[in-house]
Amino acid sequence: MALDAQGAGPDTPVFDYAPAPESRAVARLQSSYGLFIGGTFVESIDGSTFKTVSPSSEEVLAEVTAAGPLDVAGAVAAARAAFEGPWGAMPGRERAKYLYRIARLIQERSRELAVVETLDNGKPIRESRDVDVPLAAAHFFYHAGWADKLDYAGFGPSPRALGVAGQVIPWNFPLLMAAWKLAPALATGNTCVLKPAETTPLSALVLAEILQQAELPDGVVNILTGDGTTGAALVAHDGVDKVAFTGSTDVGRRIAESVAGTRKHLSLELGGKAANIVFADAALDQAVEGIVNGIFFNQGHVCCAGSRLLVEESVAATVVAMLKRRLGTLRLGDPMDKNTDIGAINSAEQLGRIVELADAGEDEGAERWSPPCTLPEKGWWFPPTVFTDVSPAHRIAREEIFGPVLSVLTFRTPDEAVEKANNTTYGLSAGVWTEKGSRILAMASRLRAGVVWANTFNRFDPASPFGGFKESGFGREGGRQGLGAYLDV
Amino acid sequence: MSEPRLEVKKTSKLFIGGAFPRSESGRSYVVSSAAGEFLCNAAWASRKDVRDAVVAARGAQPRWSAATAYNRGQVLYRVAELLEARRAQFVHEVRAAEGATARSAAAQVDAAIDRWVWYAGWSDKLAQVAGSSNPVAGPYFNFSVPEPTGVIGIVAPTDSALLGLVSVVAPVLAAGNTLVVLADERRPIPAVSLTEVLATSDVPAGVLNLLTGPADELVPVLAGHRDVDGLDLAGAEPALAATAEATGATNIKRISRLVPQGHDWRRDPGTSRLLRFVETKTVWHPIGS
Repeated sequence: MALDAQGAGPDTPVFDYAPAPESRAVARLQSSYGLFIGGTFVESIDGSTFKTVSPSSEEVLAEVTAAGPLDVAGAVAAARAAFEGPWGAMPGRERAKYLYRIARLIQERSRELAVVETLDNGKPIRESRDVDVPLAAAHFFYHAGWADKLDYAGFGPSPRALGVAGQVIPWNFPLLMAAWKLAPALATGNTCVLKPAETTPLSALVLAEILQQAELPDGVVNILTGDGTTGAALVAHDGVDKVAFTGSTDVGRRIAESVAGTRKHLSLELGGKAANIVFADAALDQAVEGIVNGIFFNQGHVCCAGSRLLVEESVAATVVAMLKRRLGTLRLGDPMDKNTDIGAINSAEQLGRIVELADAGEDEGAERWSPPCTLPEKGWWFPPTVFTDVSPAHRIAREEIFGPVLSVLTFRTPDEAVEKANNTTYGLSAGVWTEKGSRILAMASRLRAGVVWANTFNRFDPASPFGGFKESGFGREGGRQGLGAYLDV
Repeated sequence: MSEPRLEVKKTSKLFIGGAFPRSESGRSYVVSSAAGEFLCNAAWASRKDVRDAVVAARGAQPRWSAATAYNRGQVLYRVAELLEARRAQFVHEVRAAEGATARSAAAQVDAAIDRWVWYAGWSDKLAQVAGSSNPVAGPYFNFSVPEPTGVIGIVAPTDSALLGLVSVVAPVLAAGNTLVVLADERRPIPAVSLTEVLATSDVPAGVLNLLTGPADELVPVLAGHRDVDGLDLAGAEPALAATAEATGATNIKRISRLVPQGHDWRRDPGTSRLLRFVETKTVWHPIGS
């Protein structure tokens, strides 16, 4: 706004930012990593190795291990031994103290974790520093307190743990997703085998070092790096009592098929195609910030991203103009720079999918727009993109893009907004922007989504249950309700 | 001396959208008593009947889920009143179906009615027990409420024709879902009579739909139907249940697994079936001036 007062638009900045790169030295990366089984880093028995690269520069960061079936069996056996041994027998108050320790160690090593996360994932350091790492610590801290209070959690007296949890997590919030999985599982007395995503294994390996520093008993948490085949072997292993997965609906479907007819408990946190609904009476400046945060946070690599903007017709032109102006001020580039808003796309494969869907949007007749923006030569990048003239039948209005691509649709009445918002097989999240409180509550009750943000978007908290309706999955993570996913209830 | 009188027998029908059709396929199958005597020709539902029942359940879903919890509780309590009025009929039918003693059949019917009352009372307590206000670290009023999953397919238990049926149906209705229920294939009569109670109660048409027929033909259709949101496989055989669960993955159905034969349905059920087909919705509302 200050620039406007001086008569300059956002495309012709009067001032520019000096580079403000975070130091990489704090990352302390090793050249290669083994698997974390039974409390120590071990060599693989039947796996192989692969390299993890920085999405913003394509440089190799470290060599990691792809666990094979025997490694999976070893990790499950270690988790079983810990469950039937020290961890299963331990009083909740003692378990709690381990979780508190882990929370504190994450806080102590927060800068290192943020740098590792940004190097491996490509997300802006500002986000890993201010969102991912603090929330990961908060998740352990919150759940620590539950460990000795489960009798009061509303699941009846002495609810029992399930046993060994096999947990497969995505690459968009690598450390945070590990925390979302491990903290409730451990608080409720389970032991874990965690499989981080193929493209973002590093922060989970630092977390393994943290678990060692916390002196967590051997085998309580085992971490197996690898690709989808490692995850599939883990999910299919007979020794697993509980499967928890966060990722795409397609993979979730295959996992649900694979556990069918077994004793395994299952929770799934899958894709989304959230509607962000802006009424004409909304505080539009705030709403525009919320729209930007909703879809461009973490390059849109967010399952609950507000990828469909539903804006009331009377203000649609105004909102789109304000949005375009705001997007002109976003800074895309080096994720390690503290002033960067949009980082790199996590992998070439993901970039390919975004490009394909965005091209489909154009082919199907939607109007494509991106701010003028130079993409770095190395690495994988995609500019913030807005599609207008989008019909609900377009692929970009139906399919999860998982990238910085917003589809704008309009509506005239609250009924139409609800109809359009719910017209999706997903149901993870939704946003509502209006100054009218009664309308917020009416909309919130009619939207078929697990999380509804009113006059805000993409807020997360360990006390707040998160998870989907419909094909966005089932089970909750966080809050009292989230404990149910790891208890025999 | 009164003249000998010929009994008027009842035709066994399906219950779809508040009406009592025969199967659109025109098929029927013989239902016998535990002692092997002919009881009736039950309607042999087809895949088209399954689809019609799902359409009816989906149509009834908005109104039933949006009814106030107090209203839903009263409507369900009214069902218990009507069950009580037909107590003798149900005792007779359970006895014929299961070959139970009069005393045992009466105890089952009493337990079924009491269980219905118990779940009716849950309707306006569920949100208080399963919901929460969540202390997030920021200026937001954050609350979670359980909402009905939607349309649920239920494969009724095959070892308890009335108490088992009520035990799986009532909690899912109390939570605000609408149902397509597949009755115990061999002992469908108490279930059919229950639909006659529902038809004369205040339960809106389509809230509960009942099919009779062979499970191995109908369960796969229910499991593969994309407008069914959840599946309770309580009474399914293990192999059929496993296949149905895998098929249900197509649209990420919520699955409640089979209950092993011999389960004691008289046991205190706890809240687990109430919570099986609800979705927790969490709302963030800013606090500010």
